[in-house]
Amino acid sequence: MYKILRKEFLNPITCLMEVEAPRVARAAKPGQFLIVRATSDGERVPLTVCDYDRDKGTVTIVIQIIGASSRIICSLEEGSCMADVVGPLGQPSEFTHQSIEQIKGERYIFIAGGLGVAPVYPQAKYLHDLGAKVDIIIGAKNSELLILKEEMAAVCDNLYICTDDGSAGEKGLVTEMLAKLVEGGEKYTQAIAIGPMIMMKFVTLTAKKYDLPLVVSLNTLMVDGTGMCGACRVTIGGKTKFACVDGPEFDAYLVDFDEAMRRQGMYRTQESERDHKCKIGIGK
Amino acid sequence: MANKISRVPVREQDPKLRATNFDEVSFGYNREEAMLEASRCLNCKKPACMTACPVSVKIPFFIQKVAEGDFKEAARIISIDSSLPAVCGRVCPQESQCEGSCVLGVKGEPVAIGKLERYVADWSRENGVKFTDKAPANGVKIAVAGSGPAGLACASDLAKMGYDVTIFEGLHKAGGVLEYGIPEFRLPKEKVVAAEVANVKALGVKIETNVVVGRTVTVDELFDQEGFKAVFIAQGAGFPKFMNIPGENLNGVVSANEFLTRNNLMQAYKADSQTPIYVGESVCVVGGGNVAMDAARTALRLGAKSVKIVYRRTEKELPARAEEVHHAKEEGVEFCFLTNPVEVTADDKGWVKGLKCEKMQLGEADASGRRSPEPTGEFIEIETNTVIMSLGTVPNPLIAATTPGLERNRKGGIDATDDGVTSRKGVFAGGDAVTGAATVILAMGAGRKAAKTIDEYIKSLK
Repeated sequence: MYKILRKEFLNPITCLMEVEAPRVARAAKPGQFLIVRATSDGERVPLTVCDYDRDKGTVTIVIQIIGASSRIICSLEEGSCMADVVGPLGQPSEFTHQSIEQIKGERYIFIAGGLGVAPVYPQAKYLHDLGAKVDIIIGAKNSELLILKEEMAAVCDNLYICTDDGSAGEKGLVTEMLAKLVEGGEKYTQAIAIGPMIMMKFVTLTAKKYDLPLVVSLNTLMVDGTGMCGACRVTIGGKTKFACVDGPEFDAYLVDFDEAMRRQGMYRTQESERDHKCKIGIGK
Repeated sequence: MANKISRVPVREQDPKLRATNFDEVSFGYNREEAMLEASRCLNCKKPACMTACPVSVKIPFFIQKVAEGDFKEAARIISIDSSLPAVCGRVCPQESQCEGSCVLGVKGEPVAIGKLERYVADWSRENGVKFTDKAPANGVKIAVAGSGPAGLACASDLAKMGYDVTIFEGLHKAGGVLEYGIPEFRLPKEKVVAAEVANVKALGVKIETNVVVGRTVTVDELFDQEGFKAVFIAQGAGFPKFMNIPGENLNGVVSANEFLTRNNLMQAYKADSQTPIYVGESVCVVGGGNVAMDAARTALRLGAKSVKIVYRRTEKELPARAEEVHHAKEEGVEFCFLTNPVEVTADDKGWVKGLKCEKMQLGEADASGRRSPEPTGEFIEIETNTVIMSLGTVPNPLIAATTPGLERNRKGGIDATDDGVTSRKGVFAGGDAVTGAATVILAMGAGRKAAKTIDEYIKSLK
């Protein structure tokens, strides 16, 4: 079960894996996520679905090494198995409920930051395949951290790249690129931003200037991912929602980003300590 | 006479010591203690204990065998009606069921039925005794969604009748609330839960983990694509409730479900676990049920210096079992009664600093007979680093939302009769998924009833 059929490092800290998970592959839709456990004593790690192949029964995930659990996942070899893969979880993207005519009438702009490229890919692919007009902005720190460039180019009409240091594409932030495009006359009707919480917050501020409808995908903390724990609580329009079952995608203008960012850091101290020593001082 | 012997006390870990470890609190009876306690049973002609048991275990019959020292036969008698005796012997509210109906309890102490059941179940596990008698296979496929008490009970009854049963579990481990909810010190996971799940599997039941019915596969797909003839929905009541008070999303506020799932299912209490858990120096647990007691006692064991249960009524109204409240007190959990949280206060970094509460007083009894708490206008603030919300849970709406024709009841659960019949042909439901949060044994009872209904339904198709 959950055999890793392909493993590829996209850069030194980002790993792509194609994993056997026929049930997930059969049911997955753009916008949804899954949860993996590398080993039988591992943490449940929520990851976005980058791609799925229903015939092969595989899902593709992209993981960035940011802590102990992601390091363990990325250390699994091609041909070995993950302990668990469960999904798809969460609500599919809103546009998956729309008719082809509706979709064709829209002009989409995706803003993908860092690892956010991975979840944007299946969405852009879905829309592009249906004949929608799709533009994509990818933002990365530098050219080395830029991932899936060719893949993304194949599922959109225009691909815009910007990096913090100008080592690929234009030097600058995704928000600047978005502003430039809109002010240059591009008439987008729907924007979707996926990336670090701080990026999504600023994209929201930018999009607001242009009255551009914007959806964001919130990568909150989660344990079960099915609505049981509430670790993923976010405030949407003043109401508490669970990102795992009500989301992960929400109307960006309703999201309390500051709270969401604070909540993401709830276990940060322990997690950084865990990388070198025991977590909470028990079992001494 | 036998009934002159007083109830044999059960040995327990010292409260001070056990508040620092996750080992089981109760040691249970040994052979001599079990036989002595069993000898107290009057073997009533009309055993009220049996009627009071939601799964109708033949209580006096197994107890007679314990008194004779024939534990294997005692285990066989229990196995006819219960697939999880080592679990039930530990977590059933016997005081309001079997033991609450025991004739000896009228003037003295009832027979310790729960402890005897536990002894027999532990004995048969330790001695490798398994009961796998079942009817010849009939080849009819039945799907069960959820591997908690209701699902396991239903699946094992159906397997005994010869059905080809597959349980689909959303989490990575089978057991449902037995795994994620009830802590190790009340219900050991490897020794007890995993062993009883293995017994269910030994009957031929298949368990597929990591399948969230309603997401990974829909009920319709189970019928149309996978050839199942009936589906039993037993996904429990996993959705935690919050109070909707200011500050509830601060860092340091968690649901009891999250806290316990991290600790139990994800084993965060073990030094080598990858899953983090947060417990500050002082902890407030809001609520008064068994789950609140579990969370409070877990917080103590994780090293909290002060743990308080904050409850808006009085001790008398606590919904938790008396034994759990007693254990919590012994271990050092404090109780703040007639105290109702109105706000969680924060430090300048957005972490919990305190719990602002209003003092309450008891008013008139409401329709259910419980006296309702009324506000007094007097407020206090309890300093705390962690707030654990333990206000109960409601059924997860997922399956109902993804299964056309499946009606929901007023509690948000699936609308089903006592026998498990829903608004959709071939779909049955039971346990917390129907009733909202209740007990392990009531869920098992619902699972058994549904198994009988499903059998009748399948036979009616032919």
